[in-house]
Amino acid sequence: MTADEVLTATVRDEWGRLVALLLGQFRRLDLVEDALGDAVESAARRWPADGAPDKPAAWLLTAARRRVLDRLRGEAMAARKEPLLVVEAERGTGGGAMVDPGGLVEDDRLRLVLLCCHPSLGPEVASALALRLVVGVSTADIARLFLVPEPTMAARITRGKKKIVAAGIPYAVPGRGDLPGRLRVVAQVAYLAFTAGYAPGSGPDLLRADLAGEAVRLVRVTHALVPDEPVLRALLALVLLQHSRRDARVDAEDGLVLLPDQDRGLWHHDEVAEAVDLLAGVAPSPDPLVESYRLQALVAAEHALAPTSDATRWDRICEAYAALLQVNPSPSARLAAAVALSERDGPKAGLAALDGLEALAGSHRLAAVRAELLARAGDDAALAAFDEAIRLCGNDVERAHLLTRREAVAAG
Amino acid sequence: MTRYVVLVAYEPGDWSEASPEVQQGYFDAHHAFERYVDTHGRRISGAPLADAETATTLAPGAAEDRVVTDGPFVELAEQVGGYYDVELPDLDAAIAAARLLPSAYTVEIRPVVEIPDHPPL
Repeated sequence: MTADEVLTATVRDEWGRLVALLLGQFRRLDLVEDALGDAVESAARRWPADGAPDKPAAWLLTAARRRVLDRLRGEAMAARKEPLLVVEAERGTGGGAMVDPGGLVEDDRLRLVLLCCHPSLGPEVASALALRLVVGVSTADIARLFLVPEPTMAARITRGKKKIVAAGIPYAVPGRGDLPGRLRVVAQVAYLAFTAGYAPGSGPDLLRADLAGEAVRLVRVTHALVPDEPVLRALLALVLLQHSRRDARVDAEDGLVLLPDQDRGLWHHDEVAEAVDLLAGVAPSPDPLVESYRLQALVAAEHALAPTSDATRWDRICEAYAALLQVNPSPSARLAAAVALSERDGPKAGLAALDGLEALAGSHRLAAVRAELLARAGDDAALAAFDEAIRLCGNDVERAHLLTRREAVAAG
Repeated sequence: MTRYVVLVAYEPGDWSEASPEVQQGYFDAHHAFERYVDTHGRRISGAPLADAETATTLAPGAAEDRVVTDGPFVELAEQVGGYYDVELPDLDAAIAAARLLPSAYTVEIRPVVEIPDHPPL
């Protein structure tokens, strides 16, 4: 590996651990991330000339520690003239002095995940913070994931860090009673980040696979910290299965490839196998969130394991969706269930299942599904439904697909 | 330790229309909150406030220019009805304490900014 590659790999694999270690020592979220960023910059300058060190993570940690200490010394000097600053520094270090109740995983990284995903932070702020601090995704890439300008995302992350310090959000693992609830929030935050990359609602890309991959990494890291927690196990299975199809969903011209037409040889079967393994270890759960992830993963596993599109076990998929609607009767679940029904029992059954379903504000998906099912049923109303879907669709690749389908149906 | 002001808001009228049993429930909830704070930190002050319709608001401006009006900052269904000023280890402790307050309340937790050379109470 070249020095650059070593640095990239180290940042990728060790960023969260380094942030967690520095935070454990200094309790200054505001200084820690900047110091680590500086350390990486200086490595990028020096390693290509001097050669990468034997222990690259330790090198970065030492360099970042030195930066933090420099900053703290600078603050102490300034404090003699500016009393306001020293008080702020004391507030920053004093906030996290709580001792763990004990008996739980003693891991700085888990504290870091829980800190970023605290329920007092909005889910958008939390997912950005977790991607930045736990898995080291750059602010520019996080901005691209959530389709906002980079300065907007930088401001969002800064606001999150400020709130953590000012509001006294603890750098601690909560007691046994509170931990499962907190991990549910972590799961929801990570899934939000994953869906932003997997199925962008707008913009030019059908999927931003590299960024969805970072969200998968966030789930993987967290799952590894609490491997027995069903919500994270079920979620990891779900995102691995969905992500395993990334290379088959877009063709060479960046067009949309629907599930039946995908080249199953392009699916990542090692990831499918891992997910199926994980899923086998998740029992049906009274927790609706676990159950919702588990059942969606079961559906995804049926698709992933079908040798051909025609061999898909739609009967089992319909069963899983029926159970999913019991725990999570959301419009998107009802829509997916209707599609499965149409595959098992024909387009008319699917259309009947769409009855009474109201479109999500601004979403083209209901109209697109209705159009497709009407077309398959030979109903002329299909064209008007396609027009509505095309009007509502904000994703460029999907709109192109809808236009092609409309033309084909119009040509009969 | 972080110092927080815990603001509680509820729909006006809740209290005067409440039965003695319901009122006792409110007292019990406040006592549970206070016990939690006393165990994990300390209470600095706190008070229930008279109805928002008794409020008087002064608009921004220099002393004599301030316009005095009848009523609170903003008219909302819920009105600030009281506050606690407390010191607790962190936000999780503040949230745990706030959960003990009467269930009809909306509760807002705000960290207090400490100004050097101007010690608070």
